[in-house]
Amino acid sequence: MHTQIQELEKAALRSDVPAFRPGDTLEVHVRVVEGNRSRIQVFKGFVLRRQGGGARETFTVRKVSYGVGVERTFPVHSPVIEKITVVTRGDVRRAKLYYMRDLRGKAARIREKRDALPAK
Amino acid sequence: MAKQIKGVLGKKLGMTQVFDEGNRLVPVTVVEAGPCVVTRVRTPEQDGYSAVQLGYGQVDPRKVNKPLGDYLRKHDITPRRYFTEVRTDDASEYTLGQEVLADTFEAGQYIDVTGKSKGKGFAGVMKRHNFRGLSASHGTQRKHRSPGSIGGCATPGRVFKGLRMAGRMGNVRVTIQSLKVHAVDAEKGLILIKGAIPGANGSLVLIRTAAKKGAAK
Repeated sequence: MHTQIQELEKAALRSDVPAFRPGDTLEVHVRVVEGNRSRIQVFKGFVLRRQGGGARETFTVRKVSYGVGVERTFPVHSPVIEKITVVTRGDVRRAKLYYMRDLRGKAARIREKRDALPAK
Repeated sequence: MAKQIKGVLGKKLGMTQVFDEGNRLVPVTVVEAGPCVVTRVRTPEQDGYSAVQLGYGQVDPRKVNKPLGDYLRKHDITPRRYFTEVRTDDASEYTLGQEVLADTFEAGQYIDVTGKSKGKGFAGVMKRHNFRGLSASHGTQRKHRSPGSIGGCATPGRVFKGLRMAGRMGNVRVTIQSLKVHAVDAEKGLILIKGAIPGANGSLVLIRTAAKKGAAK
């Protein structure tokens, strides 16, 4: 990629994004604009994947809402996100947790990481 | 109607995404525009039409041929690699040696972008003309990407001229009209254009005021 584009992207990066990886449970505080007033909506679920790099990086959060699986993809550096809080760190062995879509109930749990490693 | 077309030559750097004021992601092409220099002004009295000739890029002054080199020396202009003319009715407002930079354009404006598309070599009809090919099954053998029939038999007894067939694709001058300028960074000489533009990264592009959309009333 051209260095001038990298510079452009660097300007768009947010510095307040916590370190998180697939399997972690997040609370994503999303700014929702209704008409002319905005409020904060919390989307809580586990990270299914992280994809892309630089300013174009995105992550997908999955949760099960009233028995229906809901997935939402956000750009990591989106200004729409008020803040991201990491609730738990998950112990998973894959980078993409697509297998979780086929699991229900007790099987669809992610073990918590015991030896809470320092954030990389 | 006096058409005031502005133009600037530049280099396509590549694509990326940026957030707009509504926090939506916008795909943009980054173009390093200019610095260009006015190398000639065409006037109706002298040349029969009115246009501005722009020069862009660097070239070894020793490698410029004599007719062009002498002309440039006469007017004290350093030689440029690329020259192009932009037809505009307000050409007389330009002066020789004047610099044309990225701030020729402003955010929100509509532009036409001309470039040389990527060459695809000898391409079949599916890629070149968006034919649908033949069936994947139902007895089709070794003909899945072929064009099918190209005409009748004894009547007309020939293949019509201009019938779309396989052949060389790409590597031609292409203009994309009515693209929007997302942002201009005059300091770095960058123009961010919403959407894709023709050509490979690093290729020469010509940016002009849009001929149709948002044109001067």
